[in-house]
Amino acid sequence: MSTKESTDRGVAVEVRGLRKSFNGQMVLKGIDLKIAAGEIFVIMGPSGAGKSVLLKHMIGLETPDQGEVLIEGIPVQGAHVMDRFRLAMIFQSGALLNSLTVGENVGLYLREHRSKPPREIDLIVREKLDLVGLKGVEDRYPNELSGGMKKRVAIARGLVIEPQLLLYDEPTSELDPISAVTIAEEILNLNRRIHATSVVVTHDRDLAFGVADRIAIIDEGKIVLVGSPDEVKANPNSVVQRFITADFRKEKPTL
Amino acid sequence: MFQNIGEMMLLLWLTIKAIPSAWRQKRKILEQLFEIGNASLLMACILSLFIGGVIALQSGPVLRTRGLVSALGGLVGLSICKELAPVMMAILISGRIGSSMTAEIGSMAVYQEIDALKTMNINPVRYLVVPRMIAICISLPVLVMFSILVAWLGGALVAAFNREIGVSMESFFNNLRNVVEVRDVVNGLIKSFVFAVVIGIVACHQGLQTIGGPRGIGRSVTKAVVNSLVLILILDYFLTRFLLYFDK
Repeated sequence: MSTKESTDRGVAVEVRGLRKSFNGQMVLKGIDLKIAAGEIFVIMGPSGAGKSVLLKHMIGLETPDQGEVLIEGIPVQGAHVMDRFRLAMIFQSGALLNSLTVGENVGLYLREHRSKPPREIDLIVREKLDLVGLKGVEDRYPNELSGGMKKRVAIARGLVIEPQLLLYDEPTSELDPISAVTIAEEILNLNRRIHATSVVVTHDRDLAFGVADRIAIIDEGKIVLVGSPDEVKANPNSVVQRFITADFRKEKPTL
Repeated sequence: MFQNIGEMMLLLWLTIKAIPSAWRQKRKILEQLFEIGNASLLMACILSLFIGGVIALQSGPVLRTRGLVSALGGLVGLSICKELAPVMMAILISGRIGSSMTAEIGSMAVYQEIDALKTMNINPVRYLVVPRMIAICISLPVLVMFSILVAWLGGALVAAFNREIGVSMESFFNNLRNVVEVRDVVNGLIKSFVFAVVIGIVACHQGLQTIGGPRGIGRSVTKAVVNSLVLILILDYFLTRFLLYFDK
């Protein structure tokens, strides 16, 4: 870890003029964003709006057609960004390595980077699994877990890195309401404890308005609005209002 | 095709560069060695026994009618160690191990496990490709060595027990010893090493390139096996030409 800029603080992220298309279909149509260090920034929007693609650009998994993503002013596509900053991403599917046990998955980063002695890694793994409400599952394989448990293991794997930038792709999907609250609390705790910058892509309005410092609404590859939760709620834009107030009620039977 | 070859050469270069840190993956290397070597040994022995036997069966009666049956041991010995054992084992390992490598890495690519490795700053080439390449490059030549010995035995058994051939095992092996030199066996082992590199790189490259779910995995596996078979047979010719210079 000595090679990292090992400060216990988050990193600032800037997205400049980001454009990306797949098979001729433009998914991101010029995204500009500034996310402050230590901020919890939520990206909301309808399915297919480009949220996950934007998130992947932020950690260098996708190469933009145009524009760039900067972490502390350094292009994320450039060399050594991953060596300088501790970044983590929680995938929507969990993306656990199926050939490894839960314990090996959670401790993978520490083992591969030789950050700690094996006994200490085991302790950290247990501690992080406890934190997400999973006990005694270290020796189980991912295919023996439910979707929600996989998600929590993935979050524990991200927490082990003690990241400066943590990207969550739909962290509460497939979770029961109690687990969703635990995850939301952990996003807040991590932010308080190490001032990590968190970028959360979600459809979950409770999560978004509960944890966000600022919210961005994205629609058809463009940012429609960026503001505090109160500003977003008060904004009259029809796309925004439709998204945050969408509701369904069963019709009451007429007598 | 040419783009693929360029990408495979690049992957080979990245793999070679990552080899110095391979000791950190020793557990994975051992797992792969077990998977490739141990699991393929029985199949390799059966295949080799019958290949040796059929060469003796085909050529023995012809040699006998021309009064050359005493040369059968040398003929079977040379053709097995220089050509048949390396090529047959490469085909077996390509179908059995190359395909499973592609499927495993391909499913990791499709289900974002490789993306997860990248986000943890873990180099997928070092973590996934290097252990497999080292294991296949060790185990294929060892399997070929086994295959040569078993095929010779198969040839000798057929030569001894087939009435139309009637060459005792002793005279079969005497002639084989007179004709086959150590460098002929080394020749086969060099070929098998090159084939191992081809199978490993093609399989890992196709796995890493996989997109599009289970159908994509199936497509990658087929492509990996077909491409490595084509490359093995083409390279076999050029390697033979190259190695013939050292026979003179």
